[in-house]
Amino acid sequence: MSDASGEHPDVASPGPGAAYAPRPVSGMASDPFPDAPTRDAFRQDAPTPGPRDPGPDEPGLREPDAWQADAGLVAPGRGGGLGDVLQRRYLLRLVVRRELRARYQSSLLGFGWSYVRPAAHFAVFYFVAGKFLGMSHRVDHFPIFMFSALVLVSFFNETLINATHAVLGNAALVRKVYLPRELFPVASLLVSLVHLLPGLGIVVAVAAAWGWTPSPAALGSALLGFLIVATLGLGLGLACAALHVFYRDTDKVVDIATLVVTWSVPMIYPWHVVEDTAPHWASELYLANPLAEAVLLFQRAFWWPTTDGTFLFPPHLTRDAVAALAGSVLVLVVGQYVFARLQRRFAEEL
Amino acid sequence: MTPALVLDGVSKQFTLRHARSIKNITVRALRRERLRDRFTALDQVSAEVAVGESVALLGTNGSGKSTLLKIISGVLPPDSGRVLVRGRVAGLIEVGAGLHPELTGRENVFLNGAILGMDRAETVAKFDSIVEFADIGAFLDQPVRFYSSGMFMRLAFSIAVHTDPDVFLIDEVLAVGDPLFRDKCIARLTEFRDSGRTMVMVAHDVALLRSLCSRGIFLERGKVVWDGDIDTAADLLVRKRRQRRAALAAGRAPKLG
Repeated sequence: MSDASGEHPDVASPGPGAAYAPRPVSGMASDPFPDAPTRDAFRQDAPTPGPRDPGPDEPGLREPDAWQADAGLVAPGRGGGLGDVLQRRYLLRLVVRRELRARYQSSLLGFGWSYVRPAAHFAVFYFVAGKFLGMSHRVDHFPIFMFSALVLVSFFNETLINATHAVLGNAALVRKVYLPRELFPVASLLVSLVHLLPGLGIVVAVAAAWGWTPSPAALGSALLGFLIVATLGLGLGLACAALHVFYRDTDKVVDIATLVVTWSVPMIYPWHVVEDTAPHWASELYLANPLAEAVLLFQRAFWWPTTDGTFLFPPHLTRDAVAALAGSVLVLVVGQYVFARLQRRFAEEL
Repeated sequence: MTPALVLDGVSKQFTLRHARSIKNITVRALRRERLRDRFTALDQVSAEVAVGESVALLGTNGSGKSTLLKIISGVLPPDSGRVLVRGRVAGLIEVGAGLHPELTGRENVFLNGAILGMDRAETVAKFDSIVEFADIGAFLDQPVRFYSSGMFMRLAFSIAVHTDPDVFLIDEVLAVGDPLFRDKCIARLTEFRDSGRTMVMVAHDVALLRSLCSRGIFLERGKVVWDGDIDTAADLLVRKRRQRRAALAAGRAPKLG
């Protein structure tokens, strides 16, 4: 800057006559603070100058319109939502890597834990539902039927739980540095995605052992199911993350919700059990759950091709799944809106 | 002049909630006690800072300096009024907030750099300089939780000063650290200022403010009571402190501000 030297004349001995260029404060004499220590006296002597009442020929003070016209001047911290997160992909990648590193630091198994948890879930459900309750006799290839649903449900639950804690867990950062705060729930989604991949690999491997081969219908169903869960998980995750900052009840509610989710999708029983035992409206309601649709799509993708094909999915599966995706997008829009509204008060609440 | 920072009638109120749970809210409501109090942290603060200016925010505890700094950084939105800044704003607002204890110093340089707005190429280019300034030597590839507090501060400060912001916000960071490093930081800030960058800083060290800043904005209970040369503002702060000390000595409970 050309005027820098004029602004900072001499660092070592800044005399009272230093050539700074302050905004003139009217009424300031050489002795601005006579010994009258009350606040009012100061205020009288040094009225707060401001753009609200700019003198017509006050130098250095520009009209507010001039600020508006100056494209270089922007309001800090004006959140652009998920779009901002996309612009800072490099930071997002580092945050995801940090989450993964921090989670498995100083643990013997490390990333191996992402196999142990689903394996334990699988074993419990396989023996309890498959063997003791006899599902293995009612559903062909029950392990792949159940596991293809399990990886998807785990992905959803993990996304929702981690996203709920995402903002609070980064309180130190949220309080001190402005970042698009959506970054943290999005990072939670991506961390869960990293955990989904090994499970998905096992699903494909086991299905292939039972004669599964990729087909456009299978891959399309899998993609649609995944998109429903990811969209819904992020939308609900954003809303829960923001609410959790204000009400620490949120994670308790989420905890219960994940339990309900686990049992309210056709994961360890086929969907028609509901239709056989519950009134029609109840089974309609059951199938209106986007997660139930997503689970059916994953079973359509990975399990159904390995069977003899006599199992019937609910009618209009594709149409309903597209509707479920649309509903999930709506949830994401609402979640982003709630988050954007509440995030303005994050820093003072944390 | 080209403004680097515009504050236009900025006000901020905080809400103090006395009860959060349903039970406590009911109890307080039945006793007809207040459920919440609002207090004004900033009241119609207006100022314009030119590019290249270095400004000190002064005031006693609770006067709103740190709140104002947070509003400039974008962490807190103002309730009313406008804040406008030019270029990249980076803050030494409690450095180290972005350092993760489980990651190594090297990983933290990249992560914290990204948090403060640097991309990968920029961090790579400045990496050696950051490490040299931080002077952490062999600990670079150790997790940060093994660092001494001095090393932690040095690394955090070093990353922050290397972000090369256009507007640099500094809040009380020089209060810590060993004297040698502190001198190094001050030299860096002086260099930074002389290169024509804009600085806004809060510090309790009056002598430091006098040497680094040319202009002082004195806040009292959220209002600007003086905006002009640093010496007058610094004298005012010294006098305010003396008054408070005298008030304390006289046994009167000093009022906030």
